[in-house]
Amino acid sequence: MRRVTLWALSTLTTLVLLFSYHTSTSSQGGGAPVIAQGPASAGSANGPSGGSSSGSASSGSSGSAKSGSSSSGSSGSAKSGSSSSGSSGSAKSSSSSSAARTYDGGTAQTRWGPVRVRITVQGGKITDSRAVVYPNGNGRDYEINSYALPILDQEAVQAQTANIDMVSGATVTSDGYAQSLQSAIDQAHL
Amino acid sequence: MRGVLATRDRRAFVEQVMGMPVSLHVRGAVETAEVEAAAGQVFGTLRRADAVFSTWRDDSDLLRVRRGDLGPGEAHPWLAEVRDLCAAAQRQTGGLFSATFADVHDPTGLVKGWAVERAAGHLGHVPGISFCLNAGGDVWAGAGLGAQPSVWRVGIEDPADRSRVAATVELSRGGMATSGNAARGAHIADPRTGLPVHRTGSATVWGPSLVWADVWATALFVDPARGREALEGADPAYRCLVL
Repeated sequence: MRRVTLWALSTLTTLVLLFSYHTSTSSQGGGAPVIAQGPASAGSANGPSGGSSSGSASSGSSGSAKSGSSSSGSSGSAKSGSSSSGSSGSAKSSSSSSAARTYDGGTAQTRWGPVRVRITVQGGKITDSRAVVYPNGNGRDYEINSYALPILDQEAVQAQTANIDMVSGATVTSDGYAQSLQSAIDQAHL
Repeated sequence: MRGVLATRDRRAFVEQVMGMPVSLHVRGAVETAEVEAAAGQVFGTLRRADAVFSTWRDDSDLLRVRRGDLGPGEAHPWLAEVRDLCAAAQRQTGGLFSATFADVHDPTGLVKGWAVERAAGHLGHVPGISFCLNAGGDVWAGAGLGAQPSVWRVGIEDPADRSRVAATVELSRGGMATSGNAARGAHIADPRTGLPVHRTGSATVWGPSLVWADVWATALFVDPARGREALEGADPAYRCLVL
């Protein structure tokens, strides 16, 4: 329990991607807060603690975060979760209500090291999901805020598509603009 | 186009500049003359950049210098600034980005990001706003005078299906650029061979500077593995996604 932690999100079809994670804390321009994990997560950062990468939920709290029907059992584990991942939870909830809780998903091994998804659940709904990178070996992890990692989980992405503010793609030409997603977003605010 | 009755909390301006749509979205105190003036200056700077750097206009400074009609000292000083940046970009990317093709200087691959970042400077003087500027996929976000930046959720187009979004990134300050063949066919050349890059997919890079995000997006599209290595070595403040 301690180490596998509770969590919910699915096997984030993770990262058919490249992303450059970095052990550097700099992220200069944005002054991204760097959040050190508590010891429990730091332990699992050093190795893909067995089984967790399969995406199966840990005992007890199975799927509870996702379904959101937080039974008493899962809410209890949620508490212990937010304390074990202490600072990150508090970083999130400092701005939102105390009801928001963060959960870390299983660790997925990528070419560039272990990566996991951290979700925030509030009122039974996933309000945020972001990837958190665990650089090998140094026992710390970083959540990159201003230069956040991409959200790739298709369910989360498609759920958000309606709320996208801008679109980045290969250069849009004037000809193609009228049919573009960006055009639709612009129309809503002209 | 205007006809505002109610107060909006977000406002968009769209113009076609440099052969592509440029969208400016502003949040905060958007119904002010300052916002309108700054928006005009943003598009004005982009048009000016087009007049200096266009490879489609015979009278651009770039082409006049290339033909010898204009001495380098007489040309717009932006030319020299961008030329230096191109040289730096070639060094930093280990040659995966180049603005020299067959001995001819063509900074097109860097100019868009550079111009957008520079043009957005006009918005930094406007109080009480945050903004996001998108020029054909090159995105720059920031905030005005004494204002807090806000989060802009940027969708990265799925190169296999442009009506879909493959990933989202929250950007509040800084730039994001995507390189790929989706929109214009194979138009990116591998500087090492001079041949067009024919692969599908796209490379997106984001970080503190749009100029460099643009450069690295091109480098990573040309060679994802080597580009990523070079990027990690050169500047850890950037993130990338190759699809």
